[in-house]
Amino acid sequence: MKADTIDQITVTKKKNKGIPSNTLQQVLAFSSLVVLVIFFSFASSSFMQWSNIVGILLSTAVIGILALGATFVIITGGIDLSVGTVMTLSSVITGIIIVNSDLPIIVGVVGGILTGALCGLLCGLAITKLKIPPFVATLAMMMIAKGLALVISKAAPIYFTDKPMFTKIALGSIIPGISIPNAVIIFFVLGIIAAIILSKTILGRFNLAIGSNEDATKLSGVNVDYWKMTIYTLAGAFTGIAGVLMASRLNSAQPALGQGYELEAIAAVVIGGTSLSGGKGTIIGTIIGALIMSVLTNGLRVLSIPQEWQTVVVGFVIILAVYMDILRRGKG
Amino acid sequence: MSKLLDMQNISKSFPGVKALSNVSLDLHHGEVLALVGENGAGKSTLMKILTGIYEKDDGEVFLEGQKINVTSTKHAQELGISIIHQELNLMKDLSIAENIFIGREPRGLLNFFIKDQELHNKTRELFKRLSLDLNGKTKVKDLTVAKQQMVEIAKALSFDSKILIMDEPTTALTDAEIDVLFDIIANLKANGVGIIYISHRMDELKRISDRITIMRDGEYIATLNTKETEMSKVIQLMVGRELYIESKPTVSDSNRETVLELKNVSTNTNLKDISFELKKGEILGFAGLMGAGRTEVANAIFGVDKIRSGEIILQGKKVQITSPSRAVKQGIGYLSEDRKHLGLVVDMDVKTNIVMSSINDYQTLGFVNDQNIAKISEEYVERLKVKTPSINQQIKFLSGGNQQKVVIAKWLLRDCDILIFDEPTRGIDVGAKGEIYKLLDELAEKGKSIIMISSELPEVLRMSHRIVVMSEGRITGILNSEEANQEKIMELATAYREG
Repeated sequence: MKADTIDQITVTKKKNKGIPSNTLQQVLAFSSLVVLVIFFSFASSSFMQWSNIVGILLSTAVIGILALGATFVIITGGIDLSVGTVMTLSSVITGIIIVNSDLPIIVGVVGGILTGALCGLLCGLAITKLKIPPFVATLAMMMIAKGLALVISKAAPIYFTDKPMFTKIALGSIIPGISIPNAVIIFFVLGIIAAIILSKTILGRFNLAIGSNEDATKLSGVNVDYWKMTIYTLAGAFTGIAGVLMASRLNSAQPALGQGYELEAIAAVVIGGTSLSGGKGTIIGTIIGALIMSVLTNGLRVLSIPQEWQTVVVGFVIILAVYMDILRRGKG
Repeated sequence: MSKLLDMQNISKSFPGVKALSNVSLDLHHGEVLALVGENGAGKSTLMKILTGIYEKDDGEVFLEGQKINVTSTKHAQELGISIIHQELNLMKDLSIAENIFIGREPRGLLNFFIKDQELHNKTRELFKRLSLDLNGKTKVKDLTVAKQQMVEIAKALSFDSKILIMDEPTTALTDAEIDVLFDIIANLKANGVGIIYISHRMDELKRISDRITIMRDGEYIATLNTKETEMSKVIQLMVGRELYIESKPTVSDSNRETVLELKNVSTNTNLKDISFELKKGEILGFAGLMGAGRTEVANAIFGVDKIRSGEIILQGKKVQITSPSRAVKQGIGYLSEDRKHLGLVVDMDVKTNIVMSSINDYQTLGFVNDQNIAKISEEYVERLKVKTPSINQQIKFLSGGNQQKVVIAKWLLRDCDILIFDEPTRGIDVGAKGEIYKLLDELAEKGKSIIMISSELPEVLRMSHRIVVMSEGRITGILNSEEANQEKIMELATAYREG
C-alpha cells in the first residue's frame, strides 16, 4: 500500500461533529427534566416534599416499565398498542391464580408475567409469520386482551384483601430505613437490565440493526423473524411485570383499567428520543421520558391545574420533544 | 486447473418475464472475471441466484467440483461466496464494526452477550490487513458514501471468501480509493480468491479483469480473454443487434426557438455542470446507464431536487423552480417511470385521473363539476385513442400502454408545453409501444417539446431529434440523430469522468 493513497483517504474523511448524537439527546432530555423539577419546586413548596417525590416515582414505575418494553419494539420500527390491556389481563390472571385458585403468590406473579410474554409472542407471530403490520396486529391484541380480561374476571375487580403479602410486592420497602417502595426499585433494576440487553447483547444489537435497515440485516444472514418475535415476547414480559405491580399497588386487579396506558408508554419512549421510524433509541432516554411525564402531571396537579388541562400540556410536550429531535437531526 | 465455480445453463423466470435463459459462467482460482451487459441483461439476477437471494428455475451450480444448491445468503456465506451489493446494504445507525460483524459477533456469557472489545480488535485487524484507515466505532451514517462503500467491501472481505462478487463497486469511489480497491483485489487474486466483477466502466475492466463474460437480454453471449480483446468489440457484443434505425432529421435550424435551457446546473444529487437546450417541437433523448443521472436531471427541472449552482432559463426568462407545483404552473409536465406510484391513482377511474392536475378548472366552490369532467375526459380518450370500456373504468384494469396515454392526457389537459418522459414505454408491450411513439411524434409536430429519458437505445435512436448522453452525473456528449448509433452512445455512456 502506498502511503500517499492512505493520506488522501484520510483527508476526504468526514470530520466527526464533537458530541455523539445519542449523548446529546440524553443531555437535552435530562436538562429538560431538571428544568421542570426546578420550576415546580419554586412554584410550589409541597412539590419537593419527600412524600410527593415518592408519589412521583411510584406513578412512574408502571408506565416506565411498560415504556421499557415498548422501547425495544419501537426501535425495530414497530409499535405495540396492546400493552395497556395486556397489562390488565396479566393483573387479572394473577388475581385469578392467587385469590380464586388460592395458589401461592409466586405462582400468580409468574403466571401474570407469562401471560404478558405469551401475548407478546402472539403479536410477534402475527407480525412475522402472517405479515400483519405491527399497528394492526397489536391493535387486535389490545381488543382481545381487553375482552379476555373482562370475561375471565366476570367484569368485577378481584381484591387481594386476604393476601396482605401481595401488596408488599409493590408498596413494601426492601431497603430498610429508606421508604422507597419496591415498585420504584423494581423499575430501576429493570431499567438497568434493559439497558444492558440493548447495549451489550446480540438481542440489542439485532434490535438496532433491524430498525436501521431490516433488509440489510436479513441479507447479512440474521434470522430477523426469530429476533422480532423474541423482542415482542420480551416487551410482553415487561408488560406482565407491570400488570403484577399494578395489581399489587391497587391491592386489586381492575379489569376495566389499563386502556390508554399504551399511549402514555409510547409518549414516554418518544419524549426520551427514540425514533418511531426505528433504528435508534436508548433506555436511559425512556426512563427520563417517563419521569418527565410524571413530573409534569404531578407538578401541574400540585399547582391545582385541572386534570383535563394536564393532558393538554402533555400533548404539547410530545410535539415539542419530537420537533426538537427533528431539528437536531436536520442539523446533524 | 480445476474450476472454482461453474454455473451451467441457469434459467430463471419472473411472472411475465424470462430473466435468464441457459446462462453459463465459470470462474477459476485467482481470477477476475468481468461480467458485463446492458441494463436488464440479467447480470444481477444471475448473481442473486449465486448468493441465494433468488432460487434458480433450472441449471446447475458447481463449487470446486461439488454440486451446490444455495438456499440463503447465510448459506452462501458459509460456502465462501460473498457479494458487495450495488446499492449499499448497511445499517446506518450502527457503527462500522457492528455492521461488518453483524450476526457473527464474538460472543461471551450464555452466547448472548457480545464481547465488544474482541469485536473491535477483530475490526482493527481486518482494517490493518486491508490497509484501511477507518475507526470501527464511527457510525456508518457519519461516513461519506465512498467510505460506506469501503465498509461494504471490508465486510465482504471479512468472510475469507473463496468467491467475491463486486457489483459496480467503484460507482461512489474516488480515483485514490479505486487504487486502494484494486490493490486489495490484486492481493486477493494472489491468495487464490476468484472475483466476479460487474462494471460498466471499460477502462476498469481492461485494467483489472482476466476474462470478460458478456450477457444480453438474459442470455449468455460470449467469454473473451481481456488481453486479446478490443473494448469496442465488447461494447458491440453487449449491444448486439446492429440494427439500422431510421433516424429523424435534426431540429437544429436556428429559427426554432429554445424553450428551455439549462446552464451549468449542479445539484446535491450528483449532477455536475449540466448544460443543454431544448427546442420547440423537439424530442430530446437522454441516454445513459443506470445511475448516470438522467432522472436527476428531470428532478432538477421539475423542482424536486434543489439546484446548487447554475440556472434554468424557460422561454428566455431565468426561473427558479422550487417545487413540482411551480413547475406545473410554468407548463412543465413530468411523466415518471414509476407510473403506478407517481403518475396515476390506480384505484380511481380514467376521468378522475385525467383531470387530477386540472381539478381547479372543474369545480365550483369546491364541488366538482362531474358533467364537464366527463365531457373533457371523453374528448381526450377519443383524441389519444385510449382503449377503455368507459371513462368510469378503474385505471388498474387498463393495459400499460393505455395507462401511459391517460398520464399523457392529464398533462395535455394541463396545457404543458414541455413534457418530460422518464422511460415512456417501460412495462408496455411491443404493439402498444408503437402507439406511444406515434403519439410522441404527433405531440412534437404540434409544437410540444419533449425530453425523453430511456434506457432502451433503439427507442432513443428511433425517437430523438438529438441525443444527450450522460455518465456519472455529467453530460458526456450531445449527438445529432444522423451521427448517433448504439456504439457511439455506449462509448459516451461508459466514458469515465470525461472533461
